[in-house]
Amino acid sequence: MTALQAVGLLVVVAAGTAIVFVPDPLRQALVLSIYGLALTLLFFIFQAPDVALSELVVGSVGMPVIILAALRKIAQHAAGGEEDEEGGE
Amino acid sequence: MSRRVRLLLFACAGPGLLAVLLIGLHGLPAFGDFHGPYGLLVDRVEPGQRHATDVVTALNFDLRAFDTLGEEFILFASVSGVALLLRHLRDEDEDVESNRSVANHRFAGASDALRVLSLFLIPLLVSLGVYLALHGALTPGGGFQAGVVLAAGPLVILLAGRYLALKRVAPKWLLEASDATGAAAYALIGLGGLIFASIYLKNFLPLGTSGHLLSAGTMPLNSIAVGLEVTGAFLLTWTEFLDQDLLVQREEL
Repeated sequence: MTALQAVGLLVVVAAGTAIVFVPDPLRQALVLSIYGLALTLLFFIFQAPDVALSELVVGSVGMPVIILAALRKIAQHAAGGEEDEEGGE
Repeated sequence: MSRRVRLLLFACAGPGLLAVLLIGLHGLPAFGDFHGPYGLLVDRVEPGQRHATDVVTALNFDLRAFDTLGEEFILFASVSGVALLLRHLRDEDEDVESNRSVANHRFAGASDALRVLSLFLIPLLVSLGVYLALHGALTPGGGFQAGVVLAAGPLVILLAGRYLALKRVAPKWLLEASDATGAAAYALIGLGGLIFASIYLKNFLPLGTSGHLLSAGTMPLNSIAVGLEVTGAFLLTWTEFLDQDLLVQREEL
C-alpha cells in the first residue's frame, strides 16, 4: 500500500467519524457531502475512475440536496402544525 | 437505557467488534492481488474482440448488458415511485404567486460571487456530461456517470437561487420524457440485437477502429440512452423534492 492510499483511507475514516459526531442534521448533510468528496478521492486513488465519477455527483451533491429538502419540509411541517393547533383554540 | 449502561455495553461490544474486524482484515489478500480467471479473460477479450478501450463500460453494455437492463428499470421504477409519492394531493396547490421569495429567488447566501460561479459551472458540467456519454467506450465514464454529471448542470441554477429558472430549463414533461425515452431506447437497442443477430442485447453494429469515436458497436448508443435516462431520473427526483419544499402549498380549508 502506498502512502497516498493510506492517506486516502485515513481521510475517509476521519470524515465518516465526523458525520457521526456532528449533532445538527443540517450540518450533518454538509459533512456528508465532504465525506462524498473524500470517497471520490479514495476511489480515484485506488484506480477506479468510473466509480469515482458516479460518487462525485451522487455522494457530494445528489444525496445532500435530497436530505436538505427533506429537512426543510420537516421544519415547515413542524411550524405549520403548531399554527394549526393555535388556530383551533 | 441509561447513558451509563449504554457506555458499558459499548465498552464490551466495541473491542469485540474491533478484534473480529482486525482478524478479518488480516486474512485479506493484498491490494491488487487478484487470481480470478473471469477478470483476466475480460481484460483480454474486450479490447480485442469488441474494440472498446474502457473495459468497465464494455462490461456494462456488452458482456453484462442484461444486468444493465435490469439496473436501468430499477432506477426507472424507483423514480416513478418517488414521483407517485410526491404527487400533488387534492388539497395541495402549486402557488408561485404567494411564494415571492421563490419567484424572485434570494435565499440567504446566494451572493453575486456564487451566481457568477454557477454561470461558470453550468457549461463546464454540461460539456463534461456530453463528453462522458459520447466517449463511454473509450475513456472512464459511460452512461450513468454522464447522466449524473449532466443532471448536476441544471441543479447549479438552484445554487444561484433561481429555482423557477431551473423549472423553465428542465420542465417536468421534458424530464419524464427523457427518463422514459432513455429506458425504452436501451431496451430497443437490445431488440436490434435480437433482430439482426438473433440474440437479445447482442452487439450487432460494426465495431469500427479501436479508439475512434464511432467504435465498439452498440456501446456508444447504449451509453447515450442510459445517459438520457439517468439525467431525467435524477433531475426529476430533485425537482419533485424541491417542489414539495418551495412551491406546494396546502389550501386553506
